[in-house]
Amino acid sequence: MQVLYFAWVRERIGLAKEIVDTQATTVMALVEELRAREERYAAAFEDLSALRVAVDQDLADFDTPLAGVREVAFFPPMTGG
Amino acid sequence: MKIAVQEAPFDFGAEATAFAQGRHDMGAVVTFTGVVRDVDGGLDAMEIEHYPGMTQRALEQIATEAMQRWSLGDVLVIHRYGRLEKGEQIMMVATAAPHRKDAFEAAEFLMDYLKSRAPFWKKEHLRDGAGWVAAKDEDEAALDRW
Repeated sequence: MQVLYFAWVRERIGLAKEIVDTQATTVMALVEELRAREERYAAAFEDLSALRVAVDQDLADFDTPLAGVREVAFFPPMTGG
Repeated sequence: MKIAVQEAPFDFGAEATAFAQGRHDMGAVVTFTGVVRDVDGGLDAMEIEHYPGMTQRALEQIATEAMQRWSLGDVLVIHRYGRLEKGEQIMMVATAAPHRKDAFEAAEFLMDYLKSRAPFWKKEHLRDGAGWVAAKDEDEAALDRW
């Protein structure tokens, strides 16, 4: 699965995207896996209320199932306009 | 419906003129443009990051919803990304409708949704450092009225 990071999430983790080999069944389970990896991931995912997620390029919730999903993106609340 | 996500500047006047042209059944055209502002005199530039795979579709969804909720003839959205200097235009929306109420309301709806539902992130480059612009609670609350 492709995992993307934007804005300060990208800067904190130090990556724009990566391929993650995971058996996680929900976004939240994927977050737990990433948090357990390294301190920079734990720091980026420390406060989920400060994060938004998109699943296959649609805004989604952290309890969204990951079956058949190809792309998950994590980012701060958007500031367009 | 025209949706453009681009790095290059756009000509607000030319876009507005082209958008309004030849619409004999539309009594109202509303346009809005957002500009990089320097509030405290310390801004060097604004950097706008976006999610290339998602941005175009997110904007199309927002514009389509506006077309469904108001009586509109057409919608235009242009949003830039990359490094922008102060005073540069960041984005514009335009709506055409038979009546002004629909045109104004739909333009406000588009702006409110662009702010917090389109995948853009602004980073301010200040003279004494750089920082991501935090989303405001009031921007999220603005969606409630729709």
